[in-house]
Amino acid sequence: MTEVERHSYDVVVIGAGGAGLRAVIEARQRGLSVAVVCKSLFGKAHTVMAEGGCAASMGNANSNDNWQVHFRDTMRGGKFLNNWRMAELHAREAPDRVWELESYGALFDRTKDGRISQRNFGGHTYPRLAHVGDRTGLELIRTMQQKIVSLQQEDYKQYGDYEARVKVFAECTITELLKDGGRIAGAFGYWRESGRFVLFETPAVVVATGGIGKSFKVTSNSWEYTGDGHALALRAGASLINMEFVQFHPTGMVWPPSVKGILVTEGVRGDGGVLKNSQGERFMFRYIPDVFKGQYADSEDEADRWYDDADNNRRTPDLLPRDEVARAINAEVKEGRGSPHGGVFLDIASRLPTEEIKRRLPSMYHQFKELADVDITKEPMEVGPTCHYVMGGIEVDPDTASSSVPGLFAAGECSGGMHGSNRLGGNSLSDLLVFGRRAGLGAASYVESLAERPVVADADITAAAKLAVAPFDPPADGVDAENPYTLHTELQQSMNDLVGIIRKADEIAKALDKLGEIRKRIRGVTVEGHRQYNPGWHLALDLRNMLVVSECVAQAALRRTESRGGHTRDDHPQMDSQWRNTLLVCTSPGGDPLAPDVAVDAKPQDPMRQDLLELFELSELEKYYTEDELADHPERTA
Amino acid sequence: MGYDAKLKVWRGDNGSGALQDFTVEANEGEVVLDLIHRLQATQAPDLAVRWNCKAGKCGSCSAEVNGRPRLLCMTRMSVFDEDETITVTPMRTFPVIRDLVTDVSYNYTKAREIPSFTPPKDLEPGDYRMQQVDVERSQEFRKCIECFLCQNTCHVVRDHEENKTAFAGPRFLMRIAELEMHPLDVADRSDEAQTEHGLGFCNITKCCTDVCPEGIHITDNALIPMKERVADRRYDPIVWLGNKLFRRGEN
Ligand SMILES: Cc1cc2nc3c(=O)[nH]c(=O)nc-3n(C[C@H](O)[C@H](O)[C@H](O)COP(=O)(O)OP(=O)(O)OC[C@H]3O[C@@H](n4cnc5c(N)ncnc54)[C@H](O)[C@@H]3O)c2cc1C
Ligand code: SF4
Ligand code: SF4
Ligand code: FES
Repeated sequence: MTEVERHSYDVVVIGAGGAGLRAVIEARQRGLSVAVVCKSLFGKAHTVMAEGGCAASMGNANSNDNWQVHFRDTMRGGKFLNNWRMAELHAREAPDRVWELESYGALFDRTKDGRISQRNFGGHTYPRLAHVGDRTGLELIRTMQQKIVSLQQEDYKQYGDYEARVKVFAECTITELLKDGGRIAGAFGYWRESGRFVLFETPAVVVATGGIGKSFKVTSNSWEYTGDGHALALRAGASLINMEFVQFHPTGMVWPPSVKGILVTEGVRGDGGVLKNSQGERFMFRYIPDVFKGQYADSEDEADRWYDDADNNRRTPDLLPRDEVARAINAEVKEGRGSPHGGVFLDIASRLPTEEIKRRLPSMYHQFKELADVDITKEPMEVGPTCHYVMGGIEVDPDTASSSVPGLFAAGECSGGMHGSNRLGGNSLSDLLVFGRRAGLGAASYVESLAERPVVADADITAAAKLAVAPFDPPADGVDAENPYTLHTELQQSMNDLVGIIRKADEIAKALDKLGEIRKRIRGVTVEGHRQYNPGWHLALDLRNMLVVSECVAQAALRRTESRGGHTRDDHPQMDSQWRNTLLVCTSPGGDPLAPDVAVDAKPQDPMRQDLLELFELSELEKYYTEDELADHPERTA
Repeated sequence: MGYDAKLKVWRGDNGSGALQDFTVEANEGEVVLDLIHRLQATQAPDLAVRWNCKAGKCGSCSAEVNGRPRLLCMTRMSVFDEDETITVTPMRTFPVIRDLVTDVSYNYTKAREIPSFTPPKDLEPGDYRMQQVDVERSQEFRKCIECFLCQNTCHVVRDHEENKTAFAGPRFLMRIAELEMHPLDVADRSDEAQTEHGLGFCNITKCCTDVCPEGIHITDNALIPMKERVADRRYDPIVWLGNKLFRRGEN
């Protein structure tokens, strides 16, 4: 039998980002034993890179804010395709989750009266983002990492072992979820360092693996974002929803080429920065879409007054939701009004004093100075869209974060529904906290309810091991050897060019052909060397996930014949109310275990609870809903 | 624009290893990590290196370039002459796992030994009130991205394996300072800093501060103030006595 190291836990959390860590804390506080597994070192997950802030309607900066306003903003941002129950829970619980972090030791920036300071961000009616300069993600992850350490210290006191109830398995990659009958029974993976296999026997797995950005060429995401959790869940029988919705952040760096895609935080615009084209025009005023008419300033004067007097002026269209701004930049560049390196200008230099820029945006200052030789206190930045976030993900029950597979839970970026067709900035960090906690609770309750533990079958372990080492074997007869780096580059290029920010049926079809070709060639992927810390091998395995996830994105994108949020179809430029209530659901009917097949089906979403629907004015709902859907609205029936 | 850069990269594992010569294309605006990635993609697919953010935010890509501890993703090629040979080696203070990847578990062990944030018992979440000026001191230390370059550089452990058990290193002595300066923390770690975590080993050479990619004033703002607190405490018999009595009273 294959040699594997075995561990047994009540709950295994895959992912040590914000969502994973919050789930660990919750499950451990319920008294369960928890393993947390991550591909990088502990504390390096993607969450560490988040800059701008964490949205929560604490009302510290503007006392008119409350969960209902946050809920409305979130639904608008997602163009009413969001899972409304998730959006509700998120808006209601985010403030408690942020305050809780202070009791773990977090130090957010403060208001004058000593409370947590909140900043403006796109799509949020009031200043709502708790932040620490422009390194909020670092604060979040470090705070929760340190909270976990404090729990380990408690365990040390009690059991004489720091790792008695929570253990971190860093630089360890999960490649397969194992089941017993229909239920989760374990997770199989390898240590990156030694290449040795490891098996976690567990009745409950929380997937918190983050996003899929590495399937695109220009992205703000790191190597970890290969859609592992999406693919693991799909293979285990769970469904993915909303995969056609990929967020292109409007402001990534465009120059020099080696940093193309690296994020420029929306906080720059939140703090006064404005977008300009090569003619010096603040072009966003020309791009306010009909659904947002009346909610944004229509003159530069009003927009500028808004920063100081938000109650009597409307906000600047520079802070429209991200999908709108990204499309506007794309259009400006296409029409020849771009900057020298194919972006537009983002100007904070002429808007704030030098010292203030350095104080509020220190890492942006540093990043441009070090990587692009640009002093953002003196000259404008050049920015353009970059693949940033996937709204789509594992379909979960909002209250428990459970997928349709018993024992499989998901939270954070890898789960789907919360953000609908487009996520508002700052709503991810809060999502991680709210649903990370709920996943921890959901998993704990599930484990406590079990009469007996599921068992991992030896044959499944052998099969998982065999699949993992396949790239070391020479390809089968008649199959050409392939380099994983080359295949990855080709995949990224076609997703970027053909299923990117603006899409067309024939281009998506071309991308699907290309993915079909890669599907054939991936069997030939061979790697050199041995299993000890071998990045070529790691990529070969990650590539399988990227392929499957890319197929989900492309197939769903082809199906949805309208434009909404993070999905823009050049051949169907309008938002279509008939599509609003339709979820595209990806499942895997089986096929080659190396890269299983993907099927997409449409299903209707549950209608919004009446009291939530009534939080919106009829005139606004009419922009999104069909006539039939609104028949029962009180403004209609009255 | 592009040119052929000459690189020497250390390759091997904890058994043995050596510098290996490479010639690899370098383009405008690139950093050393870009070249390492190009080597992986074209010449050495199994070359091991850690990285995540590629923007100096995660602290994964720490190594030594021409002997100087640096983040590979923030080291621009333009700081070197085109005909210069650039030597990239793993951090020296930690055992090598493979190529540029080292075993940094020492740091996680030390992190676990520092007593955690201790809030006042009766303070409810949501009721925390702190002034910006008061949080700023600890906020400076919380900018730390845990690249461990300071830990790698400090001479107390750089060539003295034997000191590792008794010395937490600048990163974690700074963590103590951070908690001590937290406006609401109620624990006291000053004595322990000296007795358990090796503050006394530090002779304020500032080498840690010099290499910190976050520009944190580790020595001036964290270590020296901690030393002053300890000195006050230890040499002031009244404070010392008061402490003892207080401790006994607590038990
Ligand atoms: C540059 C940047 C700035 C951002 N700024 C903001 C912001 O200001 N506000 C905001 O709300 N959002 C922001 N976001 C988005 C937000 O940071 C992410 O969506 C969020 O951090 C994702 O958290 P997560 O917990 O879901 O996953 P992550 O933090 O990405 O963690 C994923 C974890 O899963 C692990 N993992 C993945 N696959 C496997 C596997 N196969 N086996 C084992 N482990 C695995 C990884 O190692 C990692 O530990 C930003 C994103 C970026 C890229
Ligand atoms: S100042 Fe102290 S901690 Fe820093 S390098 Fe010198 S001896 Fe080490
Ligand atoms: S203090 Fe500076 S050098 Fe030390 S680990 Fe933190 S960021 Fe790195
Ligand atoms: S890769 Fe994150 S600091 Fe270099």
